[in-house]
Amino acid sequence: MPPEPQPSPAAPDTAAGQRATAPSHGWAERLRALGPVLGLVLLCVAGTALNSDFATLDNVMNVLTRTAFIGIIAVGMCFVIISGGIDLSVGSMAALIAGSVIMFINWAGPATGSPLMAVILGAGLAVVLGALFGLAHGLLITKGRIEPFIVTLGTLGIFRAYLTYFSNGGAITLDNELSDLYAPVYYGSLLGVQVPVWIFLVVAIVGALILNRTAYGRYVQAIGSNEQVARYAAVNVDRVKILTYVLLGVCVGIATLLYVPRLGSASPTTGLLWELEAIAAVIVGGTALKGGAGSITGTVIGAILLSVISNILNLTSIISVYLNAAVQGFVIIIVAFLQRGRR
Amino acid sequence: MTTFTRRIALTAVAAAAIAASLPALAQEKVNLGVSIPAATHSFMGGINYWANQAKKDLEKQHKDLKITIKTAANASEQANQLQDLTTVTKINALVVFPFESAALTKPVAQVKAKGAYVTVVDRGLTDTSAQDAYVAGDNTAFGKIPAEYIAKQLGGKGNIVALRGIATTLDNERMDAFNSVLKGYPDIKLLDAKYANWNRDDAFKVTQDYLTRFKNIDAIWAADDDMAFGVLKAISQAKRDDIKIIFGGAGAKDMVKTIMDGKDKRITADVSYSPKFIYDAIKLTAEARLKGEKLPATTIIPSVLITKDNAKDFYHPDSPF
Repeated sequence: MPPEPQPSPAAPDTAAGQRATAPSHGWAERLRALGPVLGLVLLCVAGTALNSDFATLDNVMNVLTRTAFIGIIAVGMCFVIISGGIDLSVGSMAALIAGSVIMFINWAGPATGSPLMAVILGAGLAVVLGALFGLAHGLLITKGRIEPFIVTLGTLGIFRAYLTYFSNGGAITLDNELSDLYAPVYYGSLLGVQVPVWIFLVVAIVGALILNRTAYGRYVQAIGSNEQVARYAAVNVDRVKILTYVLLGVCVGIATLLYVPRLGSASPTTGLLWELEAIAAVIVGGTALKGGAGSITGTVIGAILLSVISNILNLTSIISVYLNAAVQGFVIIIVAFLQRGRR
Repeated sequence: MTTFTRRIALTAVAAAAIAASLPALAQEKVNLGVSIPAATHSFMGGINYWANQAKKDLEKQHKDLKITIKTAANASEQANQLQDLTTVTKINALVVFPFESAALTKPVAQVKAKGAYVTVVDRGLTDTSAQDAYVAGDNTAFGKIPAEYIAKQLGGKGNIVALRGIATTLDNERMDAFNSVLKGYPDIKLLDAKYANWNRDDAFKVTQDYLTRFKNIDAIWAADDDMAFGVLKAISQAKRDDIKIIFGGAGAKDMVKTIMDGKDKRITADVSYSPKFIYDAIKLTAEARLKGEKLPATTIIPSVLITKDNAKDFYHPDSPF
């Protein structure tokens, strides 16, 4: 048995302690889960008070559609974090996938003679690439036994450098005709709701079902809570962990295939800091950064909360533009305070 | 013993003489170092392209010229590379595009102290004695020209929103110049100016929110061609037709092409701020040094209005920008 990175004898004790105390503080738990919702409601009230246009359907749709990218990635990130891992590369990964997909569609359009086919294959390629990148992460982390922080810090640089190389530092742009064909995937709507919002909803529901209603979901939580115990309970830890990274990769792929038609271009600034936004959404939503427990609903609310803040700031000019980032920081800390608890 | 000492002294003198004559011979060659930020966005992509283009063209023309290009991802990496250029590459001339003004003043001053001729590009150092020459684009004109153009096109009356880049002195200079022109037009209202980080996605979001907030906008100063791209997408999504003018900035090839072909009636002008100035700076420095001459202390590459008439002079289809 190889020595685990953190086999401190205290770890199982604290985990067991949490287990024991959690049920007795049921109401506190419930309040904790309500923290992000409370934060979001307060923000929305503030937003409406500051600008009456905030509560319009158009604005709500804008915000939700914008959230879709980060939100979908955050759902995948939620699994990785609950299992006790982390992925810093998702922003760069999204950028590289976007660039590769655009180059592929530009090539496949004329090559296959069917623009529609090229777009469909391109969208498929986004998901496949995401899954492959995730698989590479998972294998390096489990079989290669390298810390996830280091593996994904490495690929963060690698992915973005390759995109910069492919684009010569400029932008990779989708050909006009193909871009028009692909546009409805972002700009189109179904029953008055934009397509990315629907897909965000589906991804969140599927994510919640996997996490709460399947054996796999329970294994993910078990590993994050105590990897050693999960191993003794005959859980195939490596396989479960690899799958969480693949799942996240697929989520990044889905987010990217929705992102590409928005601007029809990818540049070295695409997806910059998405990893931090996704991680922040997960943590603000009530998932513990050290793993073990978390919720998809919280993550979705966390993601919406983050984009609502910047939306409100754009809709008003009462605060100096120089302080926008500070407001964001304050709100994140306040919401985290509202849902504090287990330590 | 005395003869021995004398011999040592003689050898030392001879060695010193040889050593002294070597740099004298090498002096005729110009070993030029170029230090620029890495290609992390379109504009820097252009800077990298034009720096490499300058190396290709100038080394072909001049046998005595050697150009070494280094790209850095941040200020401290750039400082390290400047050290390497002096100690390892042994440059005698330097063209540097500093990441930040303050952080790189000392490292550049050290290169100059070692005897290299230093040309600083775009961002001025906080201590100008650390440089021999300064070559830059015109940030005041970058803000003034669009303000004048928009004011004239709107007939001195209307609502404008503006986007800003990243909070830097360069961005402030542009915004101040823009504002000072608008002071002369009391009927033009600048509704708001928010940061969109010279980034397409951020420009898209900020514009969406502007469109939600303001029901009547006559002109948008996107202040950068990358940001103008995001602005256009946001407008077409909101299906708004009140915006008459969209003014970018810098002269990216796609934007210049749009103006040249008259493809979009909202985009009829742009202001030049071409990354090609790095090419000019390298060329000016190399050629002056080959002749043993100096550059004027400050060279400003003017920013000019690009319209349909002169667009073809600014169109470089091979450049990534």
